[in-house]
Amino acid sequence: MTAMDGTLQDKSPNAADPVLEVRGLSTHFALRQGVLKAVENISFTVKRGKTLCIVGESGSGKSVAARSILQIVPSPGKIVSGQMVLHRRRGSTIDLAALDPRSAKMRAVRGARISMIFQEPMSSLSPVHKIGFQIEESLVLHTNLDKPARRKRVLELLRQVEISEPEAAADRYPFEYSGGMRQRAMIAMALACEPDVLIADEPTTALDVTTQAEILDLIARLQADHGMGVMFITHDMGVVAEIADEVCVMFRGKVVEQGPVDNIFHAPEHPYTRMLIGTARKLEARAEAKPPFRAGASILMVEGLTKTFEKRTGFIRKTTVRTEAVKSASFTLRDGETLGIVGESGSGKTTLGQMILRTVEPTAGKVLYHGRAGGAVDVTALNREGMRDIYGDIRMVFQDPHNSLNPRMTVEQIIAEPLRNSGWSSSDSHARVKELLDLVGLPAQVMERYPHAFSGGQRQRIGIARALAPEPRIIVADEATSALDVSLRAQVLELLLSIQKRMSLSFLFISHDISVIRYFCDRVAVMRQGEIVEIGEVDQVCTTPQHGYTKALLSAVPHPNPRARRLATRHRYKTERTET
Amino acid sequence: MLMRYVIKRLLYMVPTLLLISLVSFAIVQLPPGDFLDSYIATLEAGGGDISAREVELLRQRYALDGNVVTQYFVWIGNVLQGDFGWSFQYQRPVSDVLWGRVGLTFLISLASMIFVYMVAFPIGIYSAVRKYSLGDYTFTFLGFLGLAIPNFLLALVLMYVSLTVFGQSVGGLFSPEFQDAPWSWAKLVDLLAHLWIPVIIIGTASTAGLIRVMRANLLDELNKPYVETARAKGLSEGRLLLRYPVRLALNPFVSQVGWELPALISGAAITSIVLNLPTTGPVLLTALKSQDMYLAGSFILILSVLTVIGTLISDLLLAWLDPRISYE
Repeated sequence: MTAMDGTLQDKSPNAADPVLEVRGLSTHFALRQGVLKAVENISFTVKRGKTLCIVGESGSGKSVAARSILQIVPSPGKIVSGQMVLHRRRGSTIDLAALDPRSAKMRAVRGARISMIFQEPMSSLSPVHKIGFQIEESLVLHTNLDKPARRKRVLELLRQVEISEPEAAADRYPFEYSGGMRQRAMIAMALACEPDVLIADEPTTALDVTTQAEILDLIARLQADHGMGVMFITHDMGVVAEIADEVCVMFRGKVVEQGPVDNIFHAPEHPYTRMLIGTARKLEARAEAKPPFRAGASILMVEGLTKTFEKRTGFIRKTTVRTEAVKSASFTLRDGETLGIVGESGSGKTTLGQMILRTVEPTAGKVLYHGRAGGAVDVTALNREGMRDIYGDIRMVFQDPHNSLNPRMTVEQIIAEPLRNSGWSSSDSHARVKELLDLVGLPAQVMERYPHAFSGGQRQRIGIARALAPEPRIIVADEATSALDVSLRAQVLELLLSIQKRMSLSFLFISHDISVIRYFCDRVAVMRQGEIVEIGEVDQVCTTPQHGYTKALLSAVPHPNPRARRLATRHRYKTERTET
Repeated sequence: MLMRYVIKRLLYMVPTLLLISLVSFAIVQLPPGDFLDSYIATLEAGGGDISAREVELLRQRYALDGNVVTQYFVWIGNVLQGDFGWSFQYQRPVSDVLWGRVGLTFLISLASMIFVYMVAFPIGIYSAVRKYSLGDYTFTFLGFLGLAIPNFLLALVLMYVSLTVFGQSVGGLFSPEFQDAPWSWAKLVDLLAHLWIPVIIIGTASTAGLIRVMRANLLDELNKPYVETARAKGLSEGRLLLRYPVRLALNPFVSQVGWELPALISGAAITSIVLNLPTTGPVLLTALKSQDMYLAGSFILILSVLTVIGTLISDLLLAWLDPRISYE
């Protein structure tokens, strides 16, 4: 948008000159169990004004590589070999690997010549210092500006990252900012001293898609303005396709493939690259394994479900703030159907799921469940005894595979818990657990082990087995695949599809990720600020969205094809809430 | 905003203080009969005599003929004017016995608290930053030792050391020659020379506890992303440490003040008995034993009020330290 308004300037005479050359970098962690080679002999070049994307899944070493450049690898990590040559504006070069991490020379590079922004805008800023102070600190460290000049520069930076009313914003604390605003503040901080290289470590992963699109725009515009080289770390092939000039694919600490973005996407050589691109492309369409949707009898009817959270303050606990998390949501889930609920953070989708199982009590509305015996019961009116049967028929799968399994219980105990609660004998439940583990693709031997022995993907399988244990009819999956790596996400989705084929299951699939919904669901309900703004068959909603918000949401999803970048031409939905 | 919070916080203290006064009054009322009966009994047992007129005056002064409610209001009214009642044990008004001792108790507690925080703060930081180093292990060991040794034992050991090594008079807060002397420069110096023993004894356990708290808090904070952000900014390690993680780790450390104060005051009792310190602890104990109920009730009242004030201070400190605390 503003990239073309004449501010485009090239500070360096040769725009595509290398600014940072990494040669044969190895970073190892000496652990008790042996040496972990987090980064092993990697080389890449960041060019002025260009974007290098480092892509890989968790554990690929991409974050350690970024931290190695600034020599801020967490202990006991150590750079064991390699060169990291920084080309300065005036032509001199310096090998960062040769510097002592604690030396003044190294500190003069950090935040001044090479800046970094991080994944968690929530926790990457100090919660007890004002935004203005945190930005100003870089200026105190690296420039000779006096106080008024620094203040002026801080306000200028806040304006550059499009934070409205910079005067007031500078004196606020991070907790008063939204996620997108915090990330903007982080970027302002990184740009304070006009760095030559900006390292961005998954800067948009924790953000909603529409916010992600805004931040990517911002980084691209600032890059054009300042002519800096950007090293962008991500796991999302869609983002890579949208922004990269060069791509570097990392797998288990090594670079398996690198080259211009077009080559990587259209002529990938390494099987791992192909897998990453394949998975991303697969999520661009509906699952092939998915049987065509046929309408069955309705199994769950949600009518006017509403949740109002009240904040009470003062001596007499008067209600001062009312938040309508879910406003009169209605939909019908049919037998064997997968209904997706998509929305961004704060849209009320999770609360909606929680109300169906009454882990959150609805303020108003009904949840009518058609049981096996026939006849509908209103779940919201049941007592504890009545809920017991519902808990067997409607089950939940949670987002975080690390925190949703009790670490002090064995896998068998975890999966058998719902069975034991409904009075199964231990030998029966033992046999059933074996069967369930087989169903989710885990060997029976894992029964004795504790959750910590498993990876995220395996844990999610255990969570699914637990949900399936009492032969439910409905699964409410809340962001069940969001915490997983791309390749694992695809595997878990395949698993759910195959289970659905074998058992007659209905899914209520809650996600922020419309690609996953499109891949996996028959119908989708789009939620925004507590309301279902659109509901319909997935193909229809995704191809001809009716509501402006749905359009904005769809067009903000990065497209894994560098020849058809779509973020630049995306639809923007104007909201009363303008902050991002 | 902050001012409103302070006022609100002060208003919230009113019901608490009211409750405390009720409990203290209930303690005064516990023994059968009113205090004049026991007063007359004590006097007569000592062979003394008291005129009927005197009894009548005292009876009127404390409204002993009225019902319990009237008595409470008369008592609390007197307390607010500084009249805490009469101590039979000392044959003096309670306030005479009270203030000197409360002052010294407060002095010792305050000195102990400063000692505790001055020692625990740097050691806690060191232990967290150099986790599992020789120094950390040493401090951890000494800390647990400090936690495990009962105060009175430490008191005896220190008394022995002080007497044999320094040849200093032990016990009490003053040398005999200053015991009843009016306040002077020399008396203050003498007090300081005596103060360190109780301060170390009373403070050791708290110090050990707080080192652990500080170490654990800081360890939690050291790996937070904002520390990495600050490091990536080019801040030097020392400044970074003090400006960010230590600042955040301070919160639980400060909220500790609230219950550290009463712990120090009550923990001082046994030490005070062993060291024969003129503080509140021993007096409270004998007052309870001899049913000197006005004295006992007054002590409990004042110590509880100090606790409430301690909590107030820690709350206000926290509100000032952490902008995230909502003033609602």
